[in-house]
Amino acid sequence: MDTQKFIIRQISIFSENRPGRLAAIAHALGEENINILAFSIAEANGFGVVRALVDKPEKAHDKLQSLGFNIAFTDVIAVQMKDQPGGLYVVAKILGDAGINIEYSYAYSGKEGAVLILRVDQVEDAIKKIRNSGAVLLERSVFH
Amino acid sequence: MVCWDPRIEEMPQEELERMQYKLLKSLVYRLYSFSPFYHDRMKEQKVHPDDIRELSDVTKLPFMFKRDLRDGYPDKIFTASQEELVRYHVSSGTTGKPTVVGYTQNDIDLWTTSLARALTSCGLGRGDVIQVSYGYGLFTGGLGLHYGAERIGATVLPTSVGNTERQIELMQDLGSTAIACTPSYLLHMGEVAEKMGISIKKETKLRTGILGAEPWTEGMRNRIQDWLGIKAYDIFGTSELSGPMFTECAEQKGIHIWSDIALTEIIDPRTEEPVAPGEKGELTVTILRKEALPMIRYRIGDITSMDDSPCPCGRTHPRIQRITGRVDDMLIIRGINVFPSQVEYALMGIPEVGQHFQIVVERKGALDDMLVRVELNRESFSDKITDIMAIRQKIEHRLRNSLNVMAEVELVETGSLPRFEGKSKKVIDKRSL
Repeated sequence: MDTQKFIIRQISIFSENRPGRLAAIAHALGEENINILAFSIAEANGFGVVRALVDKPEKAHDKLQSLGFNIAFTDVIAVQMKDQPGGLYVVAKILGDAGINIEYSYAYSGKEGAVLILRVDQVEDAIKKIRNSGAVLLERSVFH
Repeated sequence: MVCWDPRIEEMPQEELERMQYKLLKSLVYRLYSFSPFYHDRMKEQKVHPDDIRELSDVTKLPFMFKRDLRDGYPDKIFTASQEELVRYHVSSGTTGKPTVVGYTQNDIDLWTTSLARALTSCGLGRGDVIQVSYGYGLFTGGLGLHYGAERIGATVLPTSVGNTERQIELMQDLGSTAIACTPSYLLHMGEVAEKMGISIKKETKLRTGILGAEPWTEGMRNRIQDWLGIKAYDIFGTSELSGPMFTECAEQKGIHIWSDIALTEIIDPRTEEPVAPGEKGELTVTILRKEALPMIRYRIGDITSMDDSPCPCGRTHPRIQRITGRVDDMLIIRGINVFPSQVEYALMGIPEVGQHFQIVVERKGALDDMLVRVELNRESFSDKITDIMAIRQKIEHRLRNSLNVMAEVELVETGSLPRFEGKSKKVIDKRSL
C-alpha cells in the first residue's frame, strides 16, 4: 500500500505565551499568501506550540524560520468523519481497536465533512490499520 | 615555543620574585614621596616604605578600589602631569560614574609589550590578519589590541564593534586569521554569518579568537571552537590596569600574568586575608611599573584562583584561572551565593538550549524567586508539549544541582533574548532590598 500519499506535513511552531505571537505568525503567513486549512494551539505553562496545516508548508516553514521562529515539520494523518452525532466515536473506536496511540489531535471542518487530524507514534502502521478498518483517510493532495 | 621576550618569559620564579620586590619597593617609595593620595593612604594604614622588606610585605599596603578612581575624577590621583600624558581612556561607567585613566608613553609601551607577549603566546605573529572588533575610542579594548597586534608584526583590521555583516564580508575578503572581541559578539557574528549563508568555519580563514571583556565559560569556549572552527583564548585586563593585557598561551590553561609587570594576590573578599594557594578569591593586582596612574593592591572585584605550577608552554609566570564571577555580580538567592557564570556553565552542558540566557530575580512575599530564561535550540524543538516540558525539567534539575537553589526555567523562542555587542547584561534584579 502506498502510505506516503496519506502523510500530511503539519507545521509546528514554538511560541512564547505572550500577546501578539499568534498575530505575528498569522501575519507572516498572510503576507506570503499562504492559506491556513486547520489549526490548533497547545499551551503549557509559559509557552505554546502552534500546529497548522497550510497549503504551502515549505514556503511557510522558510518564511517563519527566516523570522526566527522555531519551526518543524510533523507528519500527521487526516481521517474523514461523519458530520453527525457519533461521528467521532466511530473513528476513535477504530483507532482504539487498532491499538493506535494518539499523541494529539484536532478537528477540521473540511469541504466534504468533518476531518480529524491525528498525530500518532507509528504513522505508516496507523495508515495501514485505519485503511484496513474501512475508515476514509484523506490524501495529502487535499491539503497541499 | 616562540616567545616575544624569552629572557623574561622563561626567567625562574625566584628571580622574577626578586625583580618584583625591587620594583614594588621603588614604586612604594615613589608614591609615598610624590603622591599625596597614596601618602595619606599609607599614613592611615600606618605603613611606611621602610616596612616593605620582602615581597610578602605587600599585604601591609592599603587596597585601592574603583571608587578611588571615581572619587578622584577626572585626574586627581594621577602621578604624572597632563604634559607627560600621551593618551586618556575613559571607562564606560556601567557601574557608576565614569573613570579616567591617563597614560604616559612608557605606560602605553608597557601595555603594548604585555599584549605582544600575550598574542605571541597564542601563536599569533607576522603573517596574521587580526580583526580588532573591540570598540575603538574611550574603551581600552580596541586601541589596546590594535597596538599589541601591530607590535608583533601582524596586520590589523580595525573594524571596531557593529556593522556585523560588513565585518563578515571583510573577514572573508581580507582573510582575517584572528579576531579580538567579546565572546557574545563572536557568537552574534556566527549567527549573522549563518543568516548570510556563510560558514565561518568553512568559508573564512579565521582560526584564532582573543575573547574577553565579559565573563565566559569553558562550555562557551567549546561551543565557539566547535561551531566556528577556531581556537578561542581568554584575555584579561581592565582599564584601571591599562586595558586588556594578558591572555592564555596555546595551552589554554589559564592566563599568564607577567610577573615583571603585575603582582597578583588572591584574597578573601570578606576577611581581606590571602586565601590558601590554589583557592578561589578576589583578584588583587599591583601594576609594578605604571607612571601616570599606579595601581597598588587594586581590588578588581573578579573572582578567580591562581596557579603557579610550571606551564607546559615553558613560561614561568603564574596563571590566573578563568574568572568565575564578580564580587559585585554575586546574587544572593535565599541566602545562597549564586554567580551568573554558574548558570551559564550549567546551561552549556545541555545541548537542547542555546548560548543566551537571562536571569530574572524577584521577591515573592518573603522569598527570592529566580527565573532563568533560556532559548530553546531549533534542532531540539518538538511539536509535542511533553517533550518540551521534559527539556525544561531537565534544565531545572541541572540548575538545582549546580546552584543548590531552585530556579524556575522559562523556555523562550530562539533569538528572542537581547544580544549585546559589549558587556552582556544577563541579570535583571527586580528586588527592592
